[in-house]
Amino acid sequence: MAKLNVNGQALEVAVEPDTPLLWVLREQVGLTGTKYGCGVAQCGACSVHINGELRRSCSVPVGSVDSSDRIVTIEGLSRDRSHPVQRAWGELDVPQCGYCQSGQIMAAAALLAKNDKPSDADIDAAMTNICRCGTYQRIRAAVHRAAALKVAKA
Amino acid sequence: MNQSMPSIAAATELSRRDFIVSTGAAAGALALGWSVPLDAVAQGAGSELNVWVVVRPDERCVIRIARSEMGQGTLTGLAQLVAEELECDWSKVSTEQISPQANLAAKRAWGEMGTGGSRGIRTSQDYVRRGGAAARLMLLQAAANEWKVPVSELRVADGVITHAASGRSITYGQVAAAAAQLAPPDPKAIALKDPQTWKIAGKPLKRLDTGDKLDGSKLYAIDVRLPGMLNAAVRSCPVFGGKLVSFDFAAISGRPGVKGAVRVNDSTVAVVADTWWHAKSALEALPIQWDEGASASVSSATIAQHLNDGLSASGAFAQRNEGDAPKAIAGAAKKVEATYATPFLAHATMEPMNCTARVSADSAEIWVPTQNAEASHAALSEECGLPLAQCNVHRLDLGGGFGRRGGNQDYVRQAAAIARQFPGVPIKMLWSREEDQAHDFYRPISVCKLSAGLDASGALVGLHVRLSGQSINAYIAPQTVMDGKDRRQTQGWWAEPGDAQLGYAVPNLLIEYAMRNTHVPVGPWRGVNTNQNGVYMECFIDEVARAAGADPLAFRRTLMQQHPKHLAVLNAAADRAGWGTPLPPGVHRGIAQFMGYGSYSAAVAEVSVSSSGALRVHRMVLALDCGHAVNPDQIAAQVEGSVAYGLSAALHGEITIDKGRVSELNFHNYPVLKLAEFPKVETVIVPTHDFWGGVGEPTICVVTPSVLNAIHAATGRPVRTLPLKHVKLA
Repeated sequence: MAKLNVNGQALEVAVEPDTPLLWVLREQVGLTGTKYGCGVAQCGACSVHINGELRRSCSVPVGSVDSSDRIVTIEGLSRDRSHPVQRAWGELDVPQCGYCQSGQIMAAAALLAKNDKPSDADIDAAMTNICRCGTYQRIRAAVHRAAALKVAKA
Repeated sequence: MNQSMPSIAAATELSRRDFIVSTGAAAGALALGWSVPLDAVAQGAGSELNVWVVVRPDERCVIRIARSEMGQGTLTGLAQLVAEELECDWSKVSTEQISPQANLAAKRAWGEMGTGGSRGIRTSQDYVRRGGAAARLMLLQAAANEWKVPVSELRVADGVITHAASGRSITYGQVAAAAAQLAPPDPKAIALKDPQTWKIAGKPLKRLDTGDKLDGSKLYAIDVRLPGMLNAAVRSCPVFGGKLVSFDFAAISGRPGVKGAVRVNDSTVAVVADTWWHAKSALEALPIQWDEGASASVSSATIAQHLNDGLSASGAFAQRNEGDAPKAIAGAAKKVEATYATPFLAHATMEPMNCTARVSADSAEIWVPTQNAEASHAALSEECGLPLAQCNVHRLDLGGGFGRRGGNQDYVRQAAAIARQFPGVPIKMLWSREEDQAHDFYRPISVCKLSAGLDASGALVGLHVRLSGQSINAYIAPQTVMDGKDRRQTQGWWAEPGDAQLGYAVPNLLIEYAMRNTHVPVGPWRGVNTNQNGVYMECFIDEVARAAGADPLAFRRTLMQQHPKHLAVLNAAADRAGWGTPLPPGVHRGIAQFMGYGSYSAAVAEVSVSSSGALRVHRMVLALDCGHAVNPDQIAAQVEGSVAYGLSAALHGEITIDKGRVSELNFHNYPVLKLAEFPKVETVIVPTHDFWGGVGEPTICVVTPSVLNAIHAATGRPVRTLPLKHVKLA
């Protein structure tokens, strides 16, 4: 039995402790916005925030977190797609197939939480998630746009 | 909805009746219940004006889409074309997808559903526009009838019909019910708009399908959850062509959640469990005995030998033979010769292969990401031994396609074969990334030797191309291969205009293809044969230009005077890139042009190579003439995407074979391009408005050669093998 805090809700799930958090989120909790891409922390499709840190949930055993750890998934980033990153992504029509974009958005949100005005080099270093459709140019522009939206909101 | 569509209603009722539906996870909340897609056609009432257009009383115009959406924007583009002719309010447009069973029941009223070969828009644009126009004419006639005025006195804009003489106006939603009762006009007799007058099509409108990609609520097939559903993980014999001998279920039967292990086909075993994680973990612990067969000794080295033999073998290999190229080259003042090689590549769609199936004695249904829903339907029917009418396909937007999920419906067959053994139980089959890498239909491997002769003035007098490699058609459509010849493999070197025509006129030209097949399954991969052929032709032309002492752009221009569209696109790329103008120190340019999928492409790349040999691609300018440009912003997105997919292959992409199987099983040793490596991309669309070309694939064929030619300019040495990670640049 694992006790979790996901998007502000406390819950208990019956699951072996070595189960990756990704699969607990998808199969037990029912939050499928977090995606499986590689299972070995290479692609970032499974990115979530744990206590504000960006983590690749395919490689986080559920037994390594407990109810004191705040897990935020794409579904919990905002209530209404109003997070600056989501707004910027929408404005610039970033997604193509969209499959990797939950992870991309979570990675960008984590970057902006620590760096209000990331440079291109900061974005290069932080945004290491794989996109096969090739939305990288728009992701870069949208991170800059999200930074501007965040300033405007503050 | 109109009663003429019983098939769609019947098809959707099943899923509506049987499942409680949640529309995915609400923001911040936990998703309860089940996640299945609503088959859109059943949603809400409305007046069906024809198979493409339904107008609702609340003014919403529903446009039906038969092609698959996998990120390429076809859904939005097709809706723009229909809406343009319909003259509706774009802000009130929504779309719904047609199922293959509905299409079948309606005698293929929606035409072809296959989405590959960059055909989604170009081969359906005519009939979908006529559908929109026919609906407009019916709506106008209904208003004319209502007001008892000649239809010629009416005007329409944004879904509002006006009669200037009497000052009256009425909306589409108000006349739709009456319009639906009218006899439809003959679609062939309708005059379509001049594209130069377009107001919705041709504009860089936002995509219609972005919203639910921003908050995780979009449902992909991998996300489907049904009541009582079990999950399956599969493994096929790692050696292609090998067989499953046996497996020891007793060794895993006590593991958590495991429900069974089954033979899927003669080379595949599946473990079925309550969750996929349980199924996958148990599969990894399952003792399996394979008969790896005769191909277990094949390696990349033996394949290379096999292909190299094709470069020198004699035989009737000519696909195109004009003049006498060998003689012209033998007698030329200067000869140039080079041999190039490109590897197998995997598609690596971000969403791995998956399909959810429920099969009983008299019915079968699947939830599937597919580029060809009709092929999925047929595969399901065949695999289950049930008539098409008893099979239903629920298609979901794809988490990437790139050619992997088209004609080859191997994953549908597997899911159906597993589900048959659990009658009535929905089974979600998902491949691990490792399985996805190990059992793709790979971009074929090939090598190419090119020879050219220059006369004393530096003019090209002869060109001889000998291509040797694996044939896609020989693997997926052997009936199309006659006498060992497969014209498709020489895509881009064809003489005929309109599709993949060579843009150069050479007095003596010989294009040969020696088919050298392997045991490795191959299939279409974004851009298909234009990828490698573009590299071979365009890198070699650069080498020939250097040998002639000519500027690569100027040299190409002299060969392209009979091909004005190719030339105009080349010039557009060169102009935007500032060909010939100074660059920052250490930065060098390369250029390429090629044609595929009915569109003309050219690129200029700017790169630098450090003293340690580190490559940086700084900027790429790509020009495209796709005839009509339906959505310039989405065309730019596709061009950007082609750069990412093409550069991934050029820099990193390689599938190698060892002991008959694939070595690169995940992204740690099959790396793909990341954001930090992505150059600044500028898209120049130069539509000539006199044909309909493709968009998704054409530009990928110029990405790699323009970069390699820029590297050649930077280092003074040509690059003739890929990927670049194995090439020492310093």
